Amino acid sequence: MGSFLEDVNKQINGVDLQNCYHCQKCSSGCPMAAAMDFKPNEIIRMVQMGQRDLLLRSSAIWLCASCETCVTRCPNAVDIPRMIDILRVMSLDAGVVPHDREVIQFHESFLGTVKRGGRVNEPIMIATYKLKTGTYLKDVGVGFKMFLKGKLSLFSPRTKNRKAIRRIFSSTAKS
Amino acid sequence: MDYSYYPGCSLHSTGKEYGESVEVVSRALGLKLHELDDWSCCGATSAHSTNFELSVALPARNLAIAEKRGLDVMIPCAACYNRFKSAQHSLAQDSDLKNNISKSLDDDYSGSAVIRSPIDIFHQDVGLESLEEKVVKKLKGLKPVSYYGCLWLRPPEICGFDDTENPIMLDEMLTSLGAESRNWSFKTDCCGGSLTISKTELVENMVDRLMRMAREAGANCLVTACPLCMANLDMRAHEDVQLPTFYFTELIALAMGLEGPENWLGLHNIDPLPLIKSLKLL
Repeated sequence: MGSFLEDVNKQINGVDLQNCYHCQKCSSGCPMAAAMDFKPNEIIRMVQMGQRDLLLRSSAIWLCASCETCVTRCPNAVDIPRMIDILRVMSLDAGVVPHDREVIQFHESFLGTVKRGGRVNEPIMIATYKLKTGTYLKDVGVGFKMFLKGKLSLFSPRTKNRKAIRRIFSSTAKS
Repeated sequence: MDYSYYPGCSLHSTGKEYGESVEVVSRALGLKLHELDDWSCCGATSAHSTNFELSVALPARNLAIAEKRGLDVMIPCAACYNRFKSAQHSLAQDSDLKNNISKSLDDDYSGSAVIRSPIDIFHQDVGLESLEEKVVKKLKGLKPVSYYGCLWLRPPEICGFDDTENPIMLDEMLTSLGAESRNWSFKTDCCGGSLTISKTELVENMVDRLMRMAREAGANCLVTACPLCMANLDMRAHEDVQLPTFYFTELIALAMGLEGPENWLGLHNIDPLPLIKSLKLL
């Protein structure tokens, strides 16, 4: 196993993080920077410095909205969103429980319905999320309004060939 | 003109009015849409945030299905479009990945499918002149700002949209419909859609800011081409800054005098009907 930086660079499989010269264009344009514990260019620096544990516990990696503004504007084409996705997976693999668990619980609820039906069933996805997080009353009003308008159907069409979907999930699952 | 069509999950539920209006408008513009046979979810943000291979394999299954017919694939959801384009890009870059993913698919994947947005198809294939010819009711008095968001545009080398920082295709289409399109600097700012359920308070501020900036630009509504932006803008804005948001296809249908807009607009959370009726557009 290489260093933390080598590990991340290898997975990015493109421009190495050492190319960042910290102009901070990424952090200035980031819509979530104000809410993050570490700003995008700081995350790069921390990877360079081997601050693995601190980063995998950070809330910044889960607050990134994946809007891709940073990589679009980066003068060196450093793929920050890809780096953050890599850190997220490392954090999940390491079993870290971050402050922002609800973001992960949302992803689990979302992918759970895809795994079962091939497509997202929004009411089931939201119900699963609420059970996981205990946020039973949040958004009930707006949800009920959507339900009355027929926008949240419990019986939305599913993919027929669910065997194909199961195969995709099992072959891409982590060992 | 024939196209393969991938509606994606949202267009059957929270983005129902987008799905219906895309289909009605396409038909009226002489485009024939062939829904992909037994399509499945693209995986969206949740897949790429937690499992890279899965985020590539889910779109790849649909791309392989699309390749069999060989038609350009229309994808009206910005998130699906972005995931399809990204998966195709990753598979073209990495032959090991392509070999591995191909093994989990029923159909052969070559990477040949051409993925397109309805914005691009209406603007380029139909053209502004033909669109204008079909307008029976000019959208006079409607002052929209075009809101493109993130996922049609970024990263530019993957998305291939007209201009990453200042896209204009939606603005031009709205002008062809007789609307008084407003210029603003927030066309491509993120609305926070991917965190709308899990980080609601943060996202409310982002949406309020967009609404305030649209008002400052003199707009009386926003126009989007993304079901996630729509759900977010329509649900998360505080009452004192709210402006109605429309799907661009709802406005095309309205200007062309097609059946449907009254029902679709009734499905919105921020009621757009008072504005539309005050301008005598319905």
